[in-house]
Amino acid sequence: MEWFKKAKDGLTRQEKKEIPDGLWSKCSSCGEIIYTRQLESNFWVCPNCKYHFRITSRKYIKIILDKGELEEYDANLESMDPLKFKDSKKYTDRIKAAQAKSGLKDAVICGIGLIDSIKVSFAIMDFDFIGGSMGSVVGEKIARAIERAIRHDMPLIIVSCSGGARMQESILSLMQMAKTSALLAVLAEKKLPYLSVLTNPTTAGVMASYASLGDVIIAEPKALLGFAGPRVIQQTIGQDLPPGFQSSEFFLEKGFLDKIVDRSQLRDTIILLLKYFQR
Amino acid sequence: MQERLSLDFEKPILELEKKISDMRDFAAGANIDMNGEIISIQTKMNKLREEIFSSLTRWQKVQLSRHPRRPHSSDYIELMTADYMELHGDRCFADDKALVGGFAKIDGKPVLIIGQQKGRDTKQKLYRNFGMMHPEGYRKALRLFRLAEKFEKPIVILIDTPGAFPGIGAEERGQAEAIAKNIREMSVLKVPIIIIIIGEGASGGALGLGIGDRIYMLEYSWYSVISPEGCAAILWRDAAMAPQAAEALKLTSEDLLELGIVDKIIKEPPGGAHNDYKEMAGNLKKEIIETLTELEKVPVDELLQKRLEKFRGMGVYREQEE
Ligand SMILES: [Zn+2]
Repeated sequence: MEWFKKAKDGLTRQEKKEIPDGLWSKCSSCGEIIYTRQLESNFWVCPNCKYHFRITSRKYIKIILDKGELEEYDANLESMDPLKFKDSKKYTDRIKAAQAKSGLKDAVICGIGLIDSIKVSFAIMDFDFIGGSMGSVVGEKIARAIERAIRHDMPLIIVSCSGGARMQESILSLMQMAKTSALLAVLAEKKLPYLSVLTNPTTAGVMASYASLGDVIIAEPKALLGFAGPRVIQQTIGQDLPPGFQSSEFFLEKGFLDKIVDRSQLRDTIILLLKYFQR
Repeated sequence: MQERLSLDFEKPILELEKKISDMRDFAAGANIDMNGEIISIQTKMNKLREEIFSSLTRWQKVQLSRHPRRPHSSDYIELMTADYMELHGDRCFADDKALVGGFAKIDGKPVLIIGQQKGRDTKQKLYRNFGMMHPEGYRKALRLFRLAEKFEKPIVILIDTPGAFPGIGAEERGQAEAIAKNIREMSVLKVPIIIIIIGEGASGGALGLGIGDRIYMLEYSWYSVISPEGCAAILWRDAAMAPQAAEALKLTSEDLLELGIVDKIIKEPPGGAHNDYKEMAGNLKKEIIETLTELEKVPVDELLQKRLEKFRGMGVYREQEE
């Protein structure tokens, strides 16, 4: 079955110059004023308090992949509005606004990349696009990334960053959890490694599907991880949540995470794991 | 006649129902024949019910799915099966009371039947945690699925949940992991699986039991990525906008059939499942038997391939050619 058409599109060519973040950046955790160049060379981690700034999918590609390059696939998939969804805004308008804001077609970039010369099927989500939410496009692109790994006998790496399934596609979004997780069962049968990398935040529908199904699951420090949103839990139980609840550290302590990895160590950690899983 | 729990839009129908019952009592007491009048009111009532039920809003259908007298999983198990033996526990942490299940015979055929269970009175509602499962519930389900697979028995799953429980213990014990794992494992279980949404199908809480070869919905059930209240609270910043959210989410059985997500709608008795448990259970049982007979003929490899393709094909997007 020909499930995906090759849509070769060198990301480096297409990538727009990111708008300069300004000469100085303020750490939203400790308030430190940091020279932006210094912040960039420090992987967008505050040198003072180690706060991991939320960064775009393109920045992760630069940090993780050889030469900072990804051969992008399926770049032409776009959301439709099958339910004609409208709340205060039309869904189609939300998509347009998100595309304009992020320069992305939807909330995930997928392709083939090299990590220390190991070929991998790589997917990276982007919070800038409607909170990294998963609708049909994200689900389809993740599905194709899994199939690409199977087809080319490559490891799979998914870097998640998402508030969950996209409400504006209702049941279709929910079913993306099924689509992706079912294909991960096929990947597992082929004994191909799947590394799931969790960044701030990874919750709800994404956490309750592929993000939780890695052979190894690693996360950046102090990311918000969980099923239900903290506010929903607070309202349900009618009491304040304990400090650090639903953080990476909490997840590690409870046994749902293998390792917390500083962003500066992300690439090296992935390389080491990939080598351990090579046969 | 005792005041029955009812929804606002049911009231005019119930008033006529009461009138008929009063006339019957009066006719019997006074020993006079009022059949003509009774039949004419009955006809009027049926017509009124048809009118009301043929133009229900999505929100009204959501209300029907939560009707205080709506049959629950245990009602269906009792009415459809024989020799039901309930099994308990996830062998890890606890027995989740929001999920019931075990082996039973449907028309003599042994199956694993499990369902999310709500309570009827306050005490039972709390005991069943309003049908909201914890991770141990999903793990209990998976344990039972594996038993069914081991002994080659088909699986029937009844879904009725306002969502997986959002609480501290649920997060500590890995609600997301439990649901994700069920979804993946169910996609490769080597026995036929029939899913029926009997009431509420909310989000990952439903999908964590929702992977199978056929997905059916009762006429007045709903299935969505989020409850109308949850959606309204987030997108409208006001839970009272739930009726609008219900419209936007397109969550009824008709919507889902049209979207190609469910395979079939199972008709409810006039006025909804709560009006006639026996008829409803009968309709459901008939569908289950027919479907099991059909699925049992399919070789396992083909069954799994089709199950994968079923979910693989879900989603709507646009892809421009280069
Ligand atoms: Zn700082």
